[in-house]
Amino acid sequence: MLIFEQSKPGRRAVAQAPLEKADYSDIPQQLRRKRSAALPEVSEMQTVRHYTRLSQKNFSIDTQFYPLGSCTMKYNPRGANDLALLPGLKGRHPLAPGSHSQGFMACMYDLQQILKEVTGMKAVSLSPAAGAQGEFAGVAMIKAYHDSRNDTARNEILVPDAAHGTNPASAVMCGYKVREIPTDSEGDVDLEALKGVVGPQTAGIMLTNPSTLGVFERNIEQIASLVHKAGGLLYYDGANLNAILGKVRPGDMGFDVIHMNLHKTFSTPHGGGGPGAGPVGVSQRLIPYLPVPMVDYDDDKYVWLTENERPESIGRLSAFAGNAGVLLRAYVYARMLGKSGMARVAEFSTLNANYMLKRMQEAGFEAAYPNRRATHEFIITLRKQAKHQGVNTMDFAKRLLDYGMHAPTTYFPLLVPECLLIEPTETEDKQVLDDFIEAMIAIQQEAESNPELVQGAPYTLPVRRLDDVKAARELDLKWVAAAAE
Amino acid sequence: MPFIPHTEAEIESMLETIGVSSIDDLFDEVPANLRCSDLPGIPEAMSELQISQMMERRAREDGQASCFIGAGAYDHHIPAAVWAITTRGEFYSAYTPYQAEASQGTLQLLYEFQSMMTALTAMDDSNASLYDGASALAEAVLMAVRGNRKSKSKRVLVPRTVHPAYRRVVYNIVKNQEIELVDLPYDRDKGCIDMAALEGFAGEDITALVIPQPNFFGVLEDVDALTDWAHANHALAITVVNPVALSILTPPGEWGQKGADIACGEGQPLGAPLSSGGPYFGFLCCAQALVRQMPGRIIGRTVDLDGKPGFALTLQAREQHIRRSKATSNICTNQGLLVTAATIHMALLGSEGLERVAAASHQNTRKLCDLLQRINGVEVIFSNPYFHEVALRLPAPVKDVLRSLAAHNVLGGFDLGEDYPELGEAVLVCATEKRTDEEIEGFAAKLERIISLQGGVTCKLVPKE
Repeated sequence: MLIFEQSKPGRRAVAQAPLEKADYSDIPQQLRRKRSAALPEVSEMQTVRHYTRLSQKNFSIDTQFYPLGSCTMKYNPRGANDLALLPGLKGRHPLAPGSHSQGFMACMYDLQQILKEVTGMKAVSLSPAAGAQGEFAGVAMIKAYHDSRNDTARNEILVPDAAHGTNPASAVMCGYKVREIPTDSEGDVDLEALKGVVGPQTAGIMLTNPSTLGVFERNIEQIASLVHKAGGLLYYDGANLNAILGKVRPGDMGFDVIHMNLHKTFSTPHGGGGPGAGPVGVSQRLIPYLPVPMVDYDDDKYVWLTENERPESIGRLSAFAGNAGVLLRAYVYARMLGKSGMARVAEFSTLNANYMLKRMQEAGFEAAYPNRRATHEFIITLRKQAKHQGVNTMDFAKRLLDYGMHAPTTYFPLLVPECLLIEPTETEDKQVLDDFIEAMIAIQQEAESNPELVQGAPYTLPVRRLDDVKAARELDLKWVAAAAE
Repeated sequence: MPFIPHTEAEIESMLETIGVSSIDDLFDEVPANLRCSDLPGIPEAMSELQISQMMERRAREDGQASCFIGAGAYDHHIPAAVWAITTRGEFYSAYTPYQAEASQGTLQLLYEFQSMMTALTAMDDSNASLYDGASALAEAVLMAVRGNRKSKSKRVLVPRTVHPAYRRVVYNIVKNQEIELVDLPYDRDKGCIDMAALEGFAGEDITALVIPQPNFFGVLEDVDALTDWAHANHALAITVVNPVALSILTPPGEWGQKGADIACGEGQPLGAPLSSGGPYFGFLCCAQALVRQMPGRIIGRTVDLDGKPGFALTLQAREQHIRRSKATSNICTNQGLLVTAATIHMALLGSEGLERVAAASHQNTRKLCDLLQRINGVEVIFSNPYFHEVALRLPAPVKDVLRSLAAHNVLGGFDLGEDYPELGEAVLVCATEKRTDEEIEGFAAKLERIISLQGGVTCKLVPKE
């Protein structure tokens, strides 16, 4: 039942609003609303109960294993949330003067330093609001760099076919054409194909390493050299930074610009679809173009660097300082990990993924790249099951829900048929991984003995499979009062 | 090991299963020269207690001044239940509802959010959020360029009465897509869009006109005339609105003869704490004809195999994970958790509660404005009516005055000097419903003292240490 359907005229959560209605008759009648908005009229308890119950219809990290590949669904420390919401931080106005901001700015400055160090970049700006905005910022900096050198013939960004959809979309938003680079049979970028397309029109290349195929790009140094020799720059999509945190630094691999997804690698909550935070780091030559605001330490105090101090910046991408509260959570997490905890993130996420891959292979599942070491995630292809039992990847995914586990990422990357991209993260223990593997084995047996059972899953969730075609054809995007219909 | 549950015995057994002797062996595909050994610039780990003590000290340092700054972020009361429910792990630690059956909580909530936003704006459809108000305006501009098939020019009129930071963000985001943003001046007396200047564009190919309500100065625009002007000139009307204000102001869907085409804005006043500027959320609503040009997630109601109603992501063919380089936007992760808070916030307050919050904030700002105007030399700059925020001229340098006020723990407003130097010593003030009479009177008394101590505009003010 919708909250709207619980509404009764005249009911309110009285204590939550001002007790009197103040006069606003100075606002001219013709600018005032004629009918009040049809928001629900409910009590406080109805609201609390309704949304508590809705929450119980969700799978989440706090309640289930959530091995969603490329999303890094690891435990989100509660302490980080509490500390980001301390009164002095929660209540700080974004335009508060420096005199009332030193505590907050100290955290931001420290976080810039930590991210710089752990990625091997020369400077960091925290302001992009999510990974895709970080990508936009990164590509915009690449453009600003070439433009500053009057090198304006470069109109192409190279993107491997395994890349996240955000990469080509971000490049297009910056005015670039996108050229796809194929992947070779072992999951590395096809070097010969790359050689064929890199040239004076190349502005840069966007790479995820480890790639979305769950393997480390072994030719990264040759790629860097090829692209740099042609005058292009290297962009690092930090979606999979968790796999190499503290072990390999993008700066050392030759990347000129990177974004990090703090809601992945630095464990800030995914919140049912955000907020994220997508800080960007750069090599020396791109420092002038970093988005503002940034924080500097000068003369015993923290100061903002804005458009005034950084005239060559690509500017600001949100009204204030990005998702500041997310940055605070990431900062607290980073301090609790500390120096030695960084590399452990990569080590144990990699250990978990390789353990799962090995056990699943032993159980007869087909690895997409059987000759490769898994990174923090790996791909299983269910093409045989789809062909022989008529049970496809989506069926396995839906059946996993009945076993009380969130499904891995399905049908991505696009180049592996019937794939599951599985990312356990470092915060899960062996028992959880074993349970998942046992569930997959059980579903495999069901697929063989009773395929209809798997094809009809799930059965134990609040709803069964939904009609997506109807959702798109007969758009119902909002509740409309029956009387008004 | 912080956040890593493995025991030594488990590590051993897992390595044995894999068939390697150490975790380090698992990185054997990484060229040896790329492996880093130490991170000297990163401090050692802290316990939760240690980091708590440090963060509490830093949070205290930023103190709790009386805030009279608005300028796009408003200090409203947030009912306790809002974040108590929002931070439940089931909302907090879930992700984008790709597996609809396991995400009905988030999906239904987002559908309710879309319904509430369309009710508030009187628009046909809403998406499930963008990053913030400024980036939402940028996306609205891109959407208008895609959606206005009658216009070839890609010229968008952006009044100077739109938030200066929003105007910068829009420029930064759209500048590489051959879109021309044209500044539209404001009427110096009234503080609203200069209608005569707008008339100068009549008959030209204009893709869209941006209409803020209230505008950055808090001034109310003649939205009916502006919307009709846009439509008469085959331009789309894009509006930037404050969602709390919409509880008392005409909603964009009812502006002029036909209503606005796109409504966007900053969702922060609906349950997001000030939190240094984020996370907030941008909202974006539109007329039905434009829904397929909308960026971001959209949730639809449908049925399951048994005919039972349920909710799912829909119109995904617009999005980057399907369309890649041809998507309507690159946005992927949005601001789901803030939308969760906003939905609960709107349910708790209802339209009556929001109206009371809006009215109380407006009354407080009027009260403040009345008191400040009594100070010799302080005057309201614009003659048009305003909503809950007002621009004042001071008889002393604003920078110095604000610094002195801050030394007394009063954040006395936003200095308009940098963005609007033509206004002279001008400050934008706002008193939400949270400001008490004592705080308001205290602000007025301190300002009066600072101005009188200073004894003339030429004298330098010394902040109290």
